[in-house]
Amino acid sequence: MDTIETHYFDVLIIGAGGAGLRAAVEANAMGAKTAIVCKSLLGKAHTVMAEGGVAAALGNVWPEDNWKVHFRDTMRGGKMLNNWRMAQLHAQEAPDRVMELEDWGALFDRTSDGRILQRDFGGHRYARLAHVGDRTGLELLRTLQHRSVDQSVEVFMECKIFRLLQDDNGNVNGALGLWRENGKFVAFGAKSIVICSGGIGKIWKITSNSWESTADGQALALWTGADLIDMEFVQFHPTGMVWPPSARGILVTEGVRGDGGILKNKNQERFMFNYIPPFYAKETADTIEEGDQWYDNKKDFRRPPELLPRDEVARAINAEIKAGRGSPHGGVYLDICSRRSPEYIQRRLPSMYHQFKELADVDITKEPMEIGPTCHYVMGGIRVDAETTATSVPGLFAAGEAAGGMHGSNRLGGNSLSDLLVFGKRAGEYAVRYATDHSSDSKVSMSLINDHIKTALAPFERENGISPYELHHELQDTMQSLAGIIRTESELAEATEKLPVLKEKLQKVAVEGNRQFNPGWHMALDLESMLDIAACNVISALERKESRGGHTRNDYPQSDPDHFGKVNMVTNMGNDGAIGLRQEPLPEMPDELKVLFEEGK
Amino acid sequence: MTTLNTEPDAPVPVGIEANKVRGGPPRSEVLRKDKWWIQPLAIFTGLFAFIVYATWAALRNGHFYAGNVGRDYLSPFYSPCLTNSCTNNGYAWSDWSWWRLSPAIPILIFPLSFRLSCYYYRKSYYRSFWLSPPSCAVPDAGSTKAGGPRSKYSGETKFPLILQNIHRYTWYFAVIFAGILTFDAIAAFRFPNGIGMGLGTLIFVVNACLIWAYTLGCHSCRHLCGGGLRKFSASPSRHFVWKNFVSKLNEHHQLFAWLSLFWIAFADFYTWLVSTGAIHDPRFF
Amino acid sequence: MSDTPTQTSTGDTNSQKKVTLKIWRGDAGGGQFVDYTLDYLDGEVVLDVVHRVQSEQAPDLGVRWNCKAGKCGSCSSEINGKPSLMCMTRMSTLDIEKPITVSPMRTFPIIKDLVTDVSFNFEVAKKIPALRPKPREKDGTYRMAQIDIARGQEFRKCIECFLCQNVCHVIRDHEDNKAHFAGPRFLMRIAELEMHPLDTLDRRHYAFDVMGVGYCNITKCCTEVCPEHIHITDNAIIPLKERVVDARFDPVAWLGRTIMRKPKPMSSEEVAKVTPAARQNQT
Repeated sequence: MDTIETHYFDVLIIGAGGAGLRAAVEANAMGAKTAIVCKSLLGKAHTVMAEGGVAAALGNVWPEDNWKVHFRDTMRGGKMLNNWRMAQLHAQEAPDRVMELEDWGALFDRTSDGRILQRDFGGHRYARLAHVGDRTGLELLRTLQHRSVDQSVEVFMECKIFRLLQDDNGNVNGALGLWRENGKFVAFGAKSIVICSGGIGKIWKITSNSWESTADGQALALWTGADLIDMEFVQFHPTGMVWPPSARGILVTEGVRGDGGILKNKNQERFMFNYIPPFYAKETADTIEEGDQWYDNKKDFRRPPELLPRDEVARAINAEIKAGRGSPHGGVYLDICSRRSPEYIQRRLPSMYHQFKELADVDITKEPMEIGPTCHYVMGGIRVDAETTATSVPGLFAAGEAAGGMHGSNRLGGNSLSDLLVFGKRAGEYAVRYATDHSSDSKVSMSLINDHIKTALAPFERENGISPYELHHELQDTMQSLAGIIRTESELAEATEKLPVLKEKLQKVAVEGNRQFNPGWHMALDLESMLDIAACNVISALERKESRGGHTRNDYPQSDPDHFGKVNMVTNMGNDGAIGLRQEPLPEMPDELKVLFEEGK
Repeated sequence: MTTLNTEPDAPVPVGIEANKVRGGPPRSEVLRKDKWWIQPLAIFTGLFAFIVYATWAALRNGHFYAGNVGRDYLSPFYSPCLTNSCTNNGYAWSDWSWWRLSPAIPILIFPLSFRLSCYYYRKSYYRSFWLSPPSCAVPDAGSTKAGGPRSKYSGETKFPLILQNIHRYTWYFAVIFAGILTFDAIAAFRFPNGIGMGLGTLIFVVNACLIWAYTLGCHSCRHLCGGGLRKFSASPSRHFVWKNFVSKLNEHHQLFAWLSLFWIAFADFYTWLVSTGAIHDPRFF
Repeated sequence: MSDTPTQTSTGDTNSQKKVTLKIWRGDAGGGQFVDYTLDYLDGEVVLDVVHRVQSEQAPDLGVRWNCKAGKCGSCSSEINGKPSLMCMTRMSTLDIEKPITVSPMRTFPIIKDLVTDVSFNFEVAKKIPALRPKPREKDGTYRMAQIDIARGQEFRKCIECFLCQNVCHVIRDHEDNKAHFAGPRFLMRIAELEMHPLDTLDRRHYAFDVMGVGYCNITKCCTEVCPEHIHITDNAIIPLKERVVDARFDPVAWLGRTIMRKPKPMSSEEVAKVTPAARQNQT
């Protein structure tokens, strides 16, 4: 390979979800030559799957709400493992980030006096989620998409970035990609790069994530030497569809519970009352009567336990199913039909109604839904600086789900959309600042590029190899059974032994056909990322000998405030390609913020 | 700046490239497996049947008023009455005796232009008469052959079809005509010996209702009554009418288009039957 | 903890049933339908079967998909000739006694198999004059009544699957119209902006001159195929056409504007200046 299509930009953004688009809008507005590269078409990113809303302490419904309460809710939801500074910036800046979307055409549901309406969600003390029915993610993505098109941001669609390029000093200065359409390679030179590539859900079998969530960004960062943080924390959303099999894992919004839906087992028992953890006992209703009154009178009553943070609810559902009290297809019932009128359900949850009607032929205004936990979100990710979103590799930034730290061990619903707005903007801003300050020298060795390309093309050379789809299924099965929602020492240890075997198998994967839009080949390349990130997850999970948030250990069912409650797991890749792990103490929260957590304020 | 051997920057193409080779299954092949042709055929048959009937009814120029048998029934094809034959009906002012042709002809221009430019009828005749397209995902007639008759399609951008844009003016007249037909329905309660009601009266009342339901559900009406506003909240009463009345009727515009069309022909036919003495109009009271 | 019921565990009789998919295979250079016969499994959608074809029989079969839940609009295709989303078409709604054809969208050039080049739509998107809102209130917020945004919210349910663009005969059957007709999705976007309570632009002449709303002959196929059940024709395109009438075909409206000294409708040229397409052409 002697020549390669090349493009140069100041700032290159990988991923066109909410964070990527927000970063691009910011970078472009600052005058930088900006481009987005995305694996799908523009506007298809996983952000569209976010349903419930975007959390911001606007105080439109509850004037009592402010950033401090939001900050406190976020930290408590994350079981205090969050990077406090990120959580603070997030709570402080989210209202402005939400309101500016209206400048660009977003149409949130309104209060009677014409302001943005906010809804209740698990873990949020006040109704805080700005929303549009149950398709808030689509609204947010479309708004940012329109904005970036209006600003003429350059977008390269259906292009997979599979290697980052670095200069001799380790500064990131470019990226190597391939056009899915024709299989040709393309190089991008950039002074700074922002990774906004989303999640890693495709590593597990039952997942709400689309084919794109293959841990690409986390792996790209890992390979360039960046630190990853908290990779053991994966959120299993309590309510995913369980039937039909093809729809298994598809998300059922938390809004169903916020709007009155309750969880029942096969004996019609409202079991969540049996699973209220002491940590939340003070603010949770302990009788059905009290819980039911909360929907209409939030001041005098405590919220029902169905609205506990996601990790608690997911664990409870899992326990019910394991105890044999599950529904016929291995889930539990989520019932809103017996509690709200059909008109109310259709108005408040139109796309849920639609989804169950079309995919499962279930009318949720007449029948309860069958639901179970589904892999949804990774709290861990690329370690970033709170203010600047800079990773530990110069020139490389990260935001959105790909970045870690913000959500600690568990993310509250609605905080992901606000996360990607707040830190997407910051990533764009600081990537431009970096690009302005560093006139990087993009000396990339063509021989290195050629090596990368050769590796990428290798699966075509092999004959009678392993099918990439088969290997992917094997990885998913391994992770689902050995590193799923409930984990133990022995299974995790088994996984650490199995993953290297799978990685060896990757060297034997063969693909058929040509380079034109070849999904088998794309899968083979995605597996590279997934295998390494799965390994980060497993070794971090093995090391954290406690249960906390999105990490539940059968053998250590309690959280350990004295040791593990004070450390982050940091993984990175050594020069030999081995993944290393170290524990690092959490950054210390300043006293004025610590006060917020005293005396249960 | 770089040691890469690069191909010259090849940015994504700007602008729309027409006439790209599309590939895919042959364009003339219809892949739909359902009976997609039934609907256009049924609409063609329905509209064609009406045209045949309406032509006969309009050229008939006789027995459009049942005054001769003691009923104040005036065929909607001939309303308002432009002759001096509608003795009781109250149209005495309108002596068009100089007009030699059927009085239905100057009358029908108005409802005809309203229906011809109606958004629903446009859909139905573009599909079933023009075959443009005959049905969804079925090629336009002529479009698959190079140089076919309508390979250049200009929609409603050129004369004469650009005239469809005057639909609201035809609607203004349609409202007047709906008023006239309402008058006729009320007049149908008049009997030589006072107030009464026959089967024909009922038919004329239904006729007036259907005409109003069709006329007020018109898309132009929906725009004029409030749909054209940017901010509903500034005009709450117009929003009320738009939302609770006109939009509701508009959802069923197709239904009322057909019902009112059928009923007008039926009312005319009934008048003819009664007037010629072919049947006797039963009187309820 | 493998609590996953396997797909074959439900009803052994079903595992005997077979289904044949006739999938278009090929690229710009040509192609043909290829038959794939598989087991019929309960509860599947067409996309599931296509995926099984991919993982069992044709690993290089090109197909776009993302969310598999009818929210992203990637897996648009034509199933038995009907423009549909593969992920929202349940197998149980199709007649499996006969082969089921799955073909790419016809309006766009084929890249490979079921994957088409939909860049037309992204180019049209650059011709949209975006929202130009009036200033915020003194307290820094915008006030909008729910009734003022409800219409726009319906249009913003659009998942940009481009099935309406695909089915619209104006461009499906008349390639040359792509240069001057935006298609239902983007006419709906113009309608959304024209109904936005905060907007200050006037795109009515632009809708006719540049977006080509006059080409639409309201045959309503866009509405028929919309997987989000948006009333594209009745609620967006016809109201847009009526607004265009206000601006350029209605003499009484013109007289009213003149007498009342209301501002003239903005010319297409004036509006075109603020579109990204215009800026791109300048550079």
